[in-house]
Amino acid sequence: MNNPLLEFTEKGIYCSEAKVYLDPWKPVEKAIITHGHADHSRWGHKKYITHHTNVPIIKHRLGDINVSGVKWNETFTINNVKFSLHPAGHIIGSSQVRVEHKGEVWVFTGDYKTEDDGISTSYEIVKCDTFITECTFGLPAFKWTPQQEVMDSINNWWLENQAEGKTSILFGYSLGKAQRLLKYLNPEIGKIYTHGAIEKMTEVLRPIVDFPETTLITRETQKKELLGNIVLAPPSAHGSTWIRKMVPYVTGSASGWMTFRGARRRRAIDKGFVLSDHCDWTGLLDSINATGAEKIICTHGYTDIFSKYLREQGYDARTEETQYGEDETASENEVELVQSKQ
Amino acid sequence: MKKFASLIKTLDSTTKTNTKVSALAAYFVDANDEDKVWTIAILSHRRPPRPVNTTLLRQWASELSKIPMWLFEESYHIVGDLAETIALVIPFAAKETDKSLTQFLNEMILLKKKSEEDKKAYLFENWESLDYYERFVFTKLITGGFRIGVSQKLMTKALSKATGINEDILAYKLMGNWDPSAITFQKLVLEENKSDYLSKPYPFYLAYAIENEVEDLGDVNEWSAEHKWDGIRSQTIFRNDEFFVWSRGEELVTDKYPEFETLIGIIPNGTVIDAEILPFTENTIGTFNDLQSRIGRKTVTKSLLKKVPVILKAYDLLEWEGKDIRQLPFVERRKLLEKLFRKVTSNNENLPLHLSETISFDNWEAVAEEREKSRELHSEGLMLKRKNSPYQVGRKKGDWWKWKVDPLTIDAVLTYAMRGHGRRSNLFTDYTFALWNENEDGKKELVTFAKAYSGLTDAEFRKVDAWIKKNTLERYGPVRSVTPEHVFEIAFEGIALSKRHKSGIATRFPRILRWRKDKKIDEANTLADLKALIPTIKKVANENVKS
Repeated sequence: MNNPLLEFTEKGIYCSEAKVYLDPWKPVEKAIITHGHADHSRWGHKKYITHHTNVPIIKHRLGDINVSGVKWNETFTINNVKFSLHPAGHIIGSSQVRVEHKGEVWVFTGDYKTEDDGISTSYEIVKCDTFITECTFGLPAFKWTPQQEVMDSINNWWLENQAEGKTSILFGYSLGKAQRLLKYLNPEIGKIYTHGAIEKMTEVLRPIVDFPETTLITRETQKKELLGNIVLAPPSAHGSTWIRKMVPYVTGSASGWMTFRGARRRRAIDKGFVLSDHCDWTGLLDSINATGAEKIICTHGYTDIFSKYLREQGYDARTEETQYGEDETASENEVELVQSKQ
Repeated sequence: MKKFASLIKTLDSTTKTNTKVSALAAYFVDANDEDKVWTIAILSHRRPPRPVNTTLLRQWASELSKIPMWLFEESYHIVGDLAETIALVIPFAAKETDKSLTQFLNEMILLKKKSEEDKKAYLFENWESLDYYERFVFTKLITGGFRIGVSQKLMTKALSKATGINEDILAYKLMGNWDPSAITFQKLVLEENKSDYLSKPYPFYLAYAIENEVEDLGDVNEWSAEHKWDGIRSQTIFRNDEFFVWSRGEELVTDKYPEFETLIGIIPNGTVIDAEILPFTENTIGTFNDLQSRIGRKTVTKSLLKKVPVILKAYDLLEWEGKDIRQLPFVERRKLLEKLFRKVTSNNENLPLHLSETISFDNWEAVAEEREKSRELHSEGLMLKRKNSPYQVGRKKGDWWKWKVDPLTIDAVLTYAMRGHGRRSNLFTDYTFALWNENEDGKKELVTFAKAYSGLTDAEFRKVDAWIKKNTLERYGPVRSVTPEHVFEIAFEGIALSKRHKSGIATRFPRILRWRKDKKIDEANTLADLKALIPTIKKVANENVKS
């Protein structure tokens, strides 16, 4: 019997036919990269292939690498294996990878979400035989409310804090969540300040997306001028001396994990907003159904529980160990990191 | 219900006491009187009895959300709270309800007697017509245990803010067995009652742990030492032929200690005693473990009174002949206390009133020696009080110091882990530890001896959590057995033989002292090492006052 089209090896997901890895976690010759988060685009590969909007992102993060950008739905063939990238809707420039060989089609999602956030190109359903999916939020407890509603409540929260003369500090990952929040914050309420990591990443993305104006917080920034305004910061900044200088402030966090009361209290965050760049339970089930795939491989998240449920629903579903969700900008993402090691 | 749910949401989304008090106070101004009474009842643990058991709740929630039972259970283990899980998994229906909190509670009271079908229909209807937070609160009311970081004290504070009535008086008004479905807000809270002032306690004077060497306290002759008894610090008030017992948390707990009623008439009116409530049988002070069965109970049965009788071990006298004497020097107050004690005990036998003996020493070495006896005496160590100190308010440094015995410690192996609750749900932070023991075949095996869930930093917990997730051997519901690999130093305050424990030993307040990364599991202690730590218990005579 031939090797399966995609195999799970020590270095990552491997197509032996084409000698290409997908989002490998160890250095390889040639890697197709779904998106710019650190657990998917790692340092040290000789050749990177990714969507062209992701090129500036990974160059910013990984430095001078050998990378070529491709368009959505543009088929490129390596050793008779056809590859194409399709929007995953996770963050700006995030793709699913479609792999076709001898009439058999596999799709690797990387990370994805089904709701159109208006800045990442909207998730596309790609028909396939085998679907390799994440299931970060693969529990029926996770149900997202529409982005508009969440953003309205964030803007209202900002207004409330402003009325009390306090600074709002909103935590979100520096790549993806921060820009999604920024895009929909209402600049009429006040000024939007940023932490350096977020400011730099946003700078990289400004040529692609139209964002409201931001002001970088520097040593010279006076505490007084922040009052009533909002600060976008990565989660790692929580509890740091950088933040403590901003009293009086109120903290908020935007993440799927904010579903759990415990997650918010554990991190001592005042207000939690449930806003995720991953699929919720229904989003996962609907997209799996829509691909028409019979074989499902779960890579990270509540994999055991989710694949067991899929098997009960009649899918040929299994779990494969990967290192996704593990290292994703470790300090910046610790709640998520801990969860996805399930 | 909308108002109450939004109150709970606000309380839930802040860690700041002041914000909580303001939110509650605003609610107490705004809500209707019936709902206020019920809110007070709920926050002081006076819920109606649980109308539906949790097994049925789980079944029905899984049915309504169309997910298999095992998936519901897995979700519950991960979320860590049943009401929260139910509120999360049930699909949102666009129905609405305007029923008040009182209506809901009245329905729940009636629900208890209804048939299973009626119960199910009631739950389905309400689960589907409430939004997420209302559903969470509704289910919480059914399952009980409304722990949302609002103590009775905080609630009383807010009520005081809203009504302008003194906090201590409110605390007194709210005690006892009132029925929230029968009493009015006017009667419960607003109406003035002469007896409200009778129970008013003095703020407790609390001590810090000694920081430096005990010799640094100076001349030993200026100090009085006594044992720091391991029970419930309390203030007992005798006024107007009534008595009131306050715990250190400033909770009125009179109902829980009916045996002190015999002291009325014997101890004159206008007397307030600072004392430790201690279990006492067969002329021996019991352990805190014994007392625990008295603390948790709402109603104190006759058999419990007989099984765990308690006494007051008196430390200090705060009011005498109706006068506040807290400004008198400690030795003077003690003289009055001892005079009172001798007088009442000479005429009456077996009173539940004992004296905590003060001990004078010539040098600090002798004090240190006395401290070494603490464990045998079931005390936590010594209290050192400056002889001329007044009785101060709150926790103050300088005149009073606690000098506790060092905790006992042992090196144990991590064997099981469970997810924490509340703030720690979804992190494995509740651990079970084991010690080595030789079984009948002479083989070494690990025997569970204690559970601990505190003592590590958040960062350490995260590391252990990540390790547990990678090194799980088996899962038993929420519990995982893990590869025996890590050794932790476990500290605990007390130790006693116990039939209820697999190891045959119960430890008091076990907690993790540190992660012994330097030790391999072979170097962990044995059960025999642990048993060797059990002190031989001394009988304590009551009257041997040395000072």
